[in-house]
Amino acid sequence: MDAFAPLATFALYGLMLGILATAVVTVTVRNLFHAAIFLAFTLLGVAILYFFLHADFIAAIQILLYVGAIMTLVIFAIMLTSRMSDPSVPQSNRQRIPALVVTGIVGVFLILAILKTPWIVSGTLQTTNAVALGKALMGQFVLPFEVISLVLLVALIGAIVTARSDQ
Amino acid sequence: MQQIDQIFVNAKHAILDLASGFLPEWVVIVISILVSVTAIAIFGPVTMMYLTLLERKAIGRIQNRYGPNRVGKWGLLQPIADGIKMLTKEDIVPQSADKFAHFLAPVVIVIPALLIFAVIPFGRGMTAVDLSIGLLFFLALSSTTTIWIFVAAWGSRNKFSLLGGMRSVAQMISYEIPMVLSVVPVLLVVGSFSTVSIVDAQAGGNWFIFTPWGIVGFLLFFLTGVAEVNRTPFDLPEGESEIVAGFHTEYSGMKFALFYMAEFMSAFTISAIVATAYLGGWQGPWLPSWLWLMIKAYFLILVMMWFRGTFPRFRVDQLMGFAWKFLLPLALLNIFAAGVWIELDAPINYLVAGAIVAVSIVILYWANKPDMPKKRTYRYAYE
Amino acid sequence: MIPIQHLLIFTSLLFLTGLYGAVTRRNMVGILISIEIMLNAVNINFIGFSRISDVSAEVAQVFVIFVIVLAAATAAVGLAIVLAIYRNQKTVYTDEVDLLKW
Repeated sequence: MDAFAPLATFALYGLMLGILATAVVTVTVRNLFHAAIFLAFTLLGVAILYFFLHADFIAAIQILLYVGAIMTLVIFAIMLTSRMSDPSVPQSNRQRIPALVVTGIVGVFLILAILKTPWIVSGTLQTTNAVALGKALMGQFVLPFEVISLVLLVALIGAIVTARSDQ
Repeated sequence: MQQIDQIFVNAKHAILDLASGFLPEWVVIVISILVSVTAIAIFGPVTMMYLTLLERKAIGRIQNRYGPNRVGKWGLLQPIADGIKMLTKEDIVPQSADKFAHFLAPVVIVIPALLIFAVIPFGRGMTAVDLSIGLLFFLALSSTTTIWIFVAAWGSRNKFSLLGGMRSVAQMISYEIPMVLSVVPVLLVVGSFSTVSIVDAQAGGNWFIFTPWGIVGFLLFFLTGVAEVNRTPFDLPEGESEIVAGFHTEYSGMKFALFYMAEFMSAFTISAIVATAYLGGWQGPWLPSWLWLMIKAYFLILVMMWFRGTFPRFRVDQLMGFAWKFLLPLALLNIFAAGVWIELDAPINYLVAGAIVAVSIVILYWANKPDMPKKRTYRYAYE
Repeated sequence: MIPIQHLLIFTSLLFLTGLYGAVTRRNMVGILISIEIMLNAVNINFIGFSRISDVSAEVAQVFVIFVIVLAAATAAVGLAIVLAIYRNQKTVYTDEVDLLKW
């Protein structure tokens, strides 16, 4: 398998570039529906990246929840609210240049900080599996798990109450 | 016997042995991957082509006619003729359609349907990739088709397409929840997502369908699977009598064929996965392992076709009520029954789990009884 | 495994892309889309660190699961709010929702 390592690394860098490209298209394209499609590709790319990083379970959850559920919500919201037949409405506000400058500055400082920090890298690469994850969720993290399920329930009820039309 | 059972595995090994004679090691690995990929990439579309023929034949017989019988012996060349027809047809894109979405949806929708083939254990040692999350991989990928159906519907700029797409999204999201819950008992018992270990756990005739929770889980998984691939009686997204052809109204030629391909390949994969999870996969006596999986999968596909030939379509409220008021509580109670089954000892656990399942089905059936409208009395104007 | 710095630079670029979108989009759904990108960038960081650090990998992955669940909750509530605003104001553009400003 060692002969494969350069190929896999090459594929990984290509995947990263692809994710970045689809993300850039997502935030800049005028048609919001196309933005949602490209967001789906970005999220799928991130799921493949999780496979590369040996987080299989998270990759499956990413596809199941993000691509399957959240994307459907987003597309429905776009369908219910957008004025598709009116392409003359500008999709971005007047903060384009300032936003670009600020994100650029933040990016430069972030990258400098990342390059300067001595990252402590352990010798062995860690992996885990679904069984260990389940045990962690039900053992060490049982309280956050319960809290988050409560938050989800409250959010769902809130979403239904907010979105239904008052009769 | 052993030879026939392992014929495909041996064929692959023979190719690899031949290659390793004069090629470096990494080329052999690439060839090993390519052989599996090619096998799946050929098997998927060919399965789809002959499923269309099988469906037309089966439906024809149910409706007391012959089905296609002109092209080739028994119509065996009909799929190829259909393929040529599809390829040569004009590709029509509506003028006001969202060209990008209209093009993208049929192309992308085939990919998850093909990828699912990778985790199906076709026979002993015949799984393309034994992922540690095999079953979850299948559930995740089959949930992505929803978006592309909706993209196709939205991109067509047609009210029938949009209605079909919205119905499809509502249906697939509703049925996904009982679908995911219906396989949880299997995961509880096996303790792994891997399709290979699920099949191994059912060795020696211990198919999961022979347990009380297994039969309920099998029915739940199969019914929700039929709903996921939009087949009768759950075919509201493409109900011909109501909304022309649903989300693919505006598609013609090869794009239409791609939708068809995705649908039939999903029908096959769902049958194979149901067979893997509950019917013992490739386990079975006498016959070679890959033949057993094919027999089980095609049996389930024939049941689907039988559904199509005999059942009328659901109404929208019946469809939603069935998913949320019957399947979902039953799936949850089934998980409970499976937990009880695991914890108790051998003879008692069948009785207790069976009692839980039976009581819950009776109660749910009783609670879901449709209210019969009162007998109407008429007052006539001429009295 | 590539050096962790490369992964971190990639995720920070992804995060900044999302930030740019969140700041410049006028459409509220567009802003939510950009926020999803930012959350994903953070999740990749978690997974990357889970691979190389001494702490057992479950800890980071559990947090990723929590983040994904919270993202689902924000998406549901946020889109419900967008729908409610659209019903009352007939607009989804942030600069046109100015009821509290006069």
